[in-house]
Order: sequence, then C-alpha cells, then structure tokens
Amino acid sequence: MTLLRLERVTAHYGHLQALDELSLSLDEGATLAVIGANGAGKSTLLSVVSGELRPSQGRVYFNDEDITKVEPYRRVNLGISLVPEGRHLFSTLTVEENLLVGAASRRRGRWTIDAVYDVFPFIKERRNVRAALLSGGEQQAVAIGRALMSNPALLLLDEVSLGLAPVVVRDLYVALRQVTEGGTTLLLVEQDLTEALNIASQVLCLLEGRVALSGSPQDLDQTQVVNAYFGRHAPPPEATSAS
Amino acid sequence: MSTTRPESIASVRRYSASSLGGLGVAGVVLVVLALLPSLAGESMVNRLTQFFSLLILAVGWNLLAGYGGMVSIGQQAFLGLSSYAVLYLSLHGVLAWWGVPLAILFAGLVSVPISFLAFRLRGSFFAIGTWVIADVCLLVVAQIETLGGGAGASLNDLNGYNPTTVGNVTYWVGLAIVAATLTGCALLLRSRLGLALVSIRDDERAAEATGVNVARTKRIVYVLSAAICAGAGALLILENLEVQPDSTFSVQYSAFMIFMVLVGGIGTFEGPIVGAIIFFALQQWLASYGVWYLIILGAVAVIVTLWLPKGIWGAVDPNNRRSLVPLRHRVLLVQNAEARHEREGNQAP
Amino acid sequence: MMVWINAIIQGLLLGGLYALFSCGLSLMFGVMRFVNLAHGDFAVLSAYVAYVLVEHLGGTPLWTFAIVIPASALVGFMLQRLLLDRALIGGALSPLLVTFGLSILIENLLQQGFGANNESLFVGSLSYDSWKINNSIYLGRLQVIVFVIAVALIAGLQLFLSRSRPGRNMRATADNRRAASLSGVNERRVRATATAIALATVAVGGLFLAMRTSFTPTSGSNDLIFAFEAVIIGGLGNLWGTLLGGLILGVAQTVGSQINPADGILAGHLVFLAILAYRPQGIIASRYSVS
Repeated sequence: MTLLRLERVTAHYGHLQALDELSLSLDEGATLAVIGANGAGKSTLLSVVSGELRPSQGRVYFNDEDITKVEPYRRVNLGISLVPEGRHLFSTLTVEENLLVGAASRRRGRWTIDAVYDVFPFIKERRNVRAALLSGGEQQAVAIGRALMSNPALLLLDEVSLGLAPVVVRDLYVALRQVTEGGTTLLLVEQDLTEALNIASQVLCLLEGRVALSGSPQDLDQTQVVNAYFGRHAPPPEATSAS
Repeated sequence: MSTTRPESIASVRRYSASSLGGLGVAGVVLVVLALLPSLAGESMVNRLTQFFSLLILAVGWNLLAGYGGMVSIGQQAFLGLSSYAVLYLSLHGVLAWWGVPLAILFAGLVSVPISFLAFRLRGSFFAIGTWVIADVCLLVVAQIETLGGGAGASLNDLNGYNPTTVGNVTYWVGLAIVAATLTGCALLLRSRLGLALVSIRDDERAAEATGVNVARTKRIVYVLSAAICAGAGALLILENLEVQPDSTFSVQYSAFMIFMVLVGGIGTFEGPIVGAIIFFALQQWLASYGVWYLIILGAVAVIVTLWLPKGIWGAVDPNNRRSLVPLRHRVLLVQNAEARHEREGNQAP
Repeated sequence: MMVWINAIIQGLLLGGLYALFSCGLSLMFGVMRFVNLAHGDFAVLSAYVAYVLVEHLGGTPLWTFAIVIPASALVGFMLQRLLLDRALIGGALSPLLVTFGLSILIENLLQQGFGANNESLFVGSLSYDSWKINNSIYLGRLQVIVFVIAVALIAGLQLFLSRSRPGRNMRATADNRRAASLSGVNERRVRATATAIALATVAVGGLFLAMRTSFTPTSGSNDLIFAFEAVIIGGLGNLWGTLLGGLILGVAQTVGSQINPADGILAGHLVFLAILAYRPQGIIASRYSVS
C-alpha cells in the first residue's frame, strides 16, 4: 500500500523556488533513493516530508492522512523520522542519552535500545561517552539509531555518507539493509551513487525541483542516470558512444 | 573598431523629494523654536525643555539599540554622571551653562573604559551588565559627601539670575543640544560609519567580511550614545536644579527611552522623534494619575514589541522609502546611455 | 578575626538564597537562550501574594508555600506559552524588550496596589532564633533552613535534568533545538516547563527573602541583578556553578558590609565586574559564552 504521497508540491525558501509541482508515491517497505546535483531540491524534499518546511502549494499524505500542516515533532509520533544532514547529535549528551531522547515519542516497536546496539555493535562500548567525542562514523550510527528509537514506519536519511570514509559508509549501509529487512520504508538522499543504487528498490532523480527520472535501478542504465543528473537531453546524433 | 570606455549608466543620488521636504520643514521648525521664548509664556518654555530632554534620550538610545543593535538598560549611568559633573564643576567655579559641554565630554570619556567591560557581554547579559554598571555609578556617587552623598544636592549656581532668564537660557541650551544631536546623527548615518553600522545591523559576519571593523564601530556608537545621554543629563540638572543618586541614576530613564523608541519606530531616524512626542503627551495627560502612566508604558512596550515591532513610523513607512532626512543612497539608471554608446561607436575612424 | 569568619558564614548562608534566585535564570537561559528581565519581579510578586493570603487567612506565612509555589509554576507555564514564545520568534531584541516591559508593568502595578512601603512576612520566632556557635558566630535558624532548602532544590533540579525523561529532553532541547524537535520532543512543552520551574524556584526565593528581610514593589530589580551576577560569577550552563556563584556573591556582600555597612552591594558589584574583566566565562568555565 502507499505509505507516502506527495501531490504537486511546490516549496520556496523566501523567493527561491526549490520544488516545482513535485509528485511522488512511495509504497510501504520500499527503499527510495533520491539523487541529483546540489540545489536540485533533494534536501528540500526531505524537509517537506519531515515537516520542517511547509509547502507553498500541494499536499503531503502519509497513510492516506493529510499531514501537510503537521509539525515536525508530531510527525515523529505518526511514524516519520528524519536523520538530518550533518548528524546533529546532542553533543553534551552521551551516546545512550542520545538514543533515549530518540524515544521521546514513545512509539512502540522492535527498535529498543538493545536492538539498536545489535545493529551498530561498535557504539555499544561507547554508550557512556559524550557524543561530541565520537568519530564521524560513530556519530552517524548514533544519529540513525536515534531515529530508529522512534520506531518509524518511514525513515528519512539525508546524505548519510557525507564526510565519511568509504569503508565506514559501507558498514552503515549494511546496517541500513537490516533496517529495511525489518519492513521499514526508507527514503534516502545520497551523493554516493553506488551505495544508493545498490540499496534502493526505486530511484528518483531531481533536477531544479522537478523529477527528471524515476524507476527501479535495474531498469535504468548509467547514461540515463547521468543525463538526468546533469540535465542533459538525449545526445545529438553525431556523438557515438565512447564506451 | 574603437574601444570606448562604457559610460556610467547609473548615478547615485543622496537626496529625495521627501528628504528635501523634511529638511526644509526642520529648518523652519528650528527657527520657530529658537524664537519661542519671546512668543510664549514661561510654562510653555519649561515644558518644551522637558520635551527636549526626552527627545535627546530617545535619539541616543535609538542610536545604540536601533542602529548599533545593542540594547542597554544602563544609559542612565551617563545621564547621571553628566548631571553630577555639572554640579561638581559649578562647585569649582564653572558656571553651570558652561559646564554643560565639559560634562558631556567627561561622560563620553568615561564611557570608553566602561565599554571595554560591557563588551565582554552580549545580548541580554550585555543589557543587565550595563544596568549593573549604572548601579555601580549610583553607589559610588552616593558615597561622595561633597556632592551631597545619598541625600543629594542642589545646583545653586544660577540662583542669582532672574528665573525667567534661567528658564530661557536653559531652553536654548536644550534646543542647541537637540539640534546638535539630530544633525550629528544625521551626518553620522550619512557617512561611511553610518553605512558600516547598518551593515553590521543587517549581518555582522558579512560586514566583518567586507572589511568593517565591527568592534571599533560598535565602540564608537557606544561612546556617541553615552555622550548624547550625557547631554540629556546636563539639561536635566539645569531643569531640576537638583540631583539625588536614586532618581538621577534611575533605571526608569531606560524605561522611558525604550518606550519612546519602540513606539516611535526602532532603527529609523524619525522613530525616536515620533516616540518622544507621544510619550511626552502621554506623560502630560496622565500626570495626575500616579504611576498609571508607567503601567501603561510597560503594557505598551510588551504589546508593541510583539505585535507592532516596527513602531508607528515603521507602520507609516515600512520600507523606509519616505525618509524625511537625506540618509539613503539611491541608484538611478541614466536613460539613453545605450543610444549614446552607439552614436559614439559609429563615429570612430 | 571571629568577626570576619562570621561574615563569611553569613555570606554563605545568604549565597544559598541567591542561588535560589539564580538557578531559574540559569535554566531558562540554558534551554532557550532567554533572560527574563522580570525574573526578580516575579519573586516579589509571590511575596505580595503570600502577604495578601496571610492578611486574609491568618496563620504563619509558611503555609503559603503550598499555594504560591504551584501557582507560580502554573503562571510560568502559561506565560511562556502565551507571551514569551512569541517574543522568542521576534528577533534578538524582542525577548529583552518584552520582559523589560513586563518588569515595569509588574513593579508599577504592585506600587499602585500596595504603595511603596516596606513589607515583610513575619514568621514569629523563626525570624530571630539562632544557634550560638560562640560569642561572635550566630547561625540564624531561618538562614540555615533556607540554605539547606536551596542546596536541596538545586540538587533536585540537577537530578531531574540528568536522570529523568523530561529532564533529558530539556537538556537535549538546550543542546540542539532542531534535533530535539526531529526526535519527537515537544519543544513548546519543554520551554514552558523550564519557565514554570524558573518561576517556582524564584518564588521560593522570594518568599524566604520576604521572611528574612523586607520587600517593596521595586526590590525585584535588585533580585534580578543578584541572580544575574551569581550566574555570571559561577559560570553559565551549570547549576552547581550557579550555586557557587551565589555563595561567592553572598560572601562578597557580607564581607563588604563588614568593612563598611553601606558598601555590601557595591562590593558584590565589584567582584562581579572583576570576574567580568578577568574571567568572563565564570569560575566553572562554561560551555555557553556570554560574549
């Protein structure tokens, strides 16, 4: 069934239009990767879904309920949780406290603190360390774990790989696969195309606030993705393929 | 083909219709006010003197808070220091009227070391810090027995003169301070310093990045604001002919300043003037109702800040277009620049 | 010599009272970066409410705690929800100006209603009973009770923040507002709770101060200044620091008074200014900066 639906959403930052009549539909259990160049509107999309940005036009439906005007903290209660870009941990709180705050909405489910430690074993031994002292990868794990503590039906991830070494990113995505296997729907924004296309069941490429390409990773070839990413139309006839 | 240097297609104009009009009106008002003592009675003259001190305080506070972005609830320190300086000078042979500029200078100088302390703090803490400093001034001055100690003292310098003459001269001193303050502020805001100020107000880091020395600019504004409030202080002792630590250094003056500027329109040139007029009228009207006017003051401050943050002048002129004073830079495109280009190009050898 | 030791002891006891005034200020700033300039006036307001209650219903003022403290908490909660939340979104000058206006409003309403006289809450023998240590050192019973309650309250508050769920949420909000909201924390409720706690603790301080000495409609200003000085001296962001700041301020004032009876408050100011000049982050260096 459809978990999330955006209907012709237009969003602005002041006078700047970031999303232009964007519509999308996301089924329960799916994993949607949203890719695109900087400024294409990916983070804006997440802001609209998380409630931090109210669309100037259009509607957002979650479980067929119109949540366009619902505040961010209430959306957590409904089952939408965002892992923001740059982690945004509570730097003066310990790892364990960070996770516990994630349970503020009191939603019940399979994600208890022990379940989170199971998925990210390397943070368990750091449970009483202040978040400010963690490495980038550990911080990202805590950020994801914190979001999981609210037992979301829809987990939003904004640029999880940013600033992290490829090895670390790989480990994070292994953990994320465990999350999807549990039935959680994922909507992730990612610069790392390899990991994104690997984990996703669906791909959406944005350009200037509009959908430039959508489909499942196996149906799309690399040229299509690159063209959509950079806004190139079909190559002129005289250009022969160089590969 | 010749290479012609592109002609300037834009010019910068400092004056506008409304500001030229404003200047004209100001000139007329100044003349009328200067002649007032010969036209009106003593009570009118005294009342206007009171209004002048309020106006000066409003302009001084607005410069610091509205343009400098620093909310102080301790400007009464300089008001008090200046008043007491006039007293001190009069006790040492300087006639009170000549003491005025010296007192202002004194307070301005004292504000420099004070600024180093105060600037350790920001925002709300800066505000309370300035209050503490004012309190310190109060307590220290109250210890000085030769200046009356805790009980206060009278200014007896002018007792030998005809009361009406004293009133009139005090009035003219007040008018002079008002004129100097308003002119000084206008010139300041027209200058590069004024531009730096506004840029800091808009975005401090961006201002710093374009080379504005933020700390120095703020300090200059602080000192100027102190000097302006000192002007009011000097005028006040001339009006009241007495000082007393608790009332001369009273935080109530800050309450007045805040009210006037908030209601009139913070951060605009005209705002404090409008605010001072309204406050003065309110004060006169509610004079017989005890502290009710203060209660109203407090309530209005709350209401205005939350629901009318730009004050009355802000409501009248929200985008600051109809400035009555020539402060702005207006960029105008020159017509027919392109046509001129072409003509000259075609004439090339 | 004994005289000075007595001054220090009295200063420590006084400092406990100041800590009561300042912990609320410290908490509100930590959670919202907000300084309520009417903070001290709410202490005085509580004292007047207690005064009226005792006038009409008799008995010792001690029972008024049961009414005034919960009422203050409720007032704080509603004040934040209805007024101060609005002030927070208005820009940097807004909270200052609103709370300053509130301060003027409260002080003058009290003046209008009660006049400018000194009032006091008379608690019978508790006001002057004391334990005698030796010929120079007397520990006032009321003073000691206030000190013990102050330390207990601060410890309780610290426990609340570090161990309880709402306390943790409050610390999270203070740390990173956006992340807290994204984690499902109801920010509005957190802020209102902080203000409720602030007003309740300052009411405790106000009532005790009224029992110790006297109060007038404008004494809230001094209460605010002392609370503020205690916070700065001790260092922001740390309740124990605030307690320490209160103690230092108290001792500065009493020792100053010992030197010259009129100089107590001035001595406190000078210590504050010295800290500001040489160690602006406070004794217990703070996470937050005031500059």
